[in-house]
Amino acid sequence: MGETNQNLYSGSFNIEGGNFNSAGIVSTNIKSILKKLGIPGDIVRKAAIVSYEAEINVVSYAKKAVVTLTVNPGVVHIEVIDEGQGIPNIDLAMQEGWSTADQRIREMGFGAGMGLCNIKNYSDEFHISSEVGRGTHLKMTIQTP
Amino acid sequence: MKIEKIIQTLELEVKCGKDYLDKEVTGGYTGDLLSDVMGNSREGYIWITRQVHQNIVAVASLKEHAGIILINSCQPTQETMEKAEAEKIPIMVSSLPAFELSGKIYNLLTAKS
Ligand SMILES: Nc1ncnc2c1ncn2[C@@H]1O[C@H](COP(=O)(O)OP(=O)(O)O)[C@@H](O)[C@H]1O
Ligand SMILES: [Mg+2]
Repeated sequence: MGETNQNLYSGSFNIEGGNFNSAGIVSTNIKSILKKLGIPGDIVRKAAIVSYEAEINVVSYAKKAVVTLTVNPGVVHIEVIDEGQGIPNIDLAMQEGWSTADQRIREMGFGAGMGLCNIKNYSDEFHISSEVGRGTHLKMTIQTP
Repeated sequence: MKIEKIIQTLELEVKCGKDYLDKEVTGGYTGDLLSDVMGNSREGYIWITRQVHQNIVAVASLKEHAGIILINSCQPTQETMEKAEAEKIPIMVSSLPAFELSGKIYNLLTAKS
């Protein structure tokens, strides 16, 4: 990958699907870890946006997920692997404004259909794959100076 | 401009975060869709919304907003206030609707002093 193998941080976190009260805890955790590592503020905020949107999608649409944060010199990797319904049509899901969120989710201000767009826009590299009935896999990379 | 100045001028009711009202407000964003606010607001902004659920605290904290103002006399839930206190996010309430409140704050922030 062209990165040195000197690892600055490696850790994983669990997200529980359906629990909107604890939504945001993993992103908040990731943010404070990156801050402590001395990662510049704008990079930390990008990582916060990306992980928050991924976290909300797990809470909204999946059963559970494991988030892995890896920080190496020059790069932050965030990977989210969930178990859940999966996404039948990724091109459609990536369209701004397209959402299958139900009324309950929308009442809280989620379900604008902008989450995956935010993830794409605020990461330097973004990969998404999904299998219906099994789950979804996101890989985000953010470069640090 | 500090939050306290906005509170005084617009007679906002402070619901929580009283110890953090000396934060500097660098701009504002008005919206009820959390992903819109996530993607388009910036650090130091005051966020104007009608959402009262505790998820607004996570958004404001992750985006490093100066604070949140609820419009139309909307009241934050108990969980929202507890979380906001812990995250050091001031929450204020205005009786004005979003359009009027946003206009007034925009004028305050852009006025030449
Ligand atoms: N982890 C996931 N598991 C299953 N479906 C998902 C997942 N993430 C996104 N989706 C689907 O993609 C759509 C678009 O997602 P997103 O862009 O985050 O917008 P929103 O969450 O506001 O609907 C969702 O409405 C949902 O149908
Ligand atoms: Mg989403």
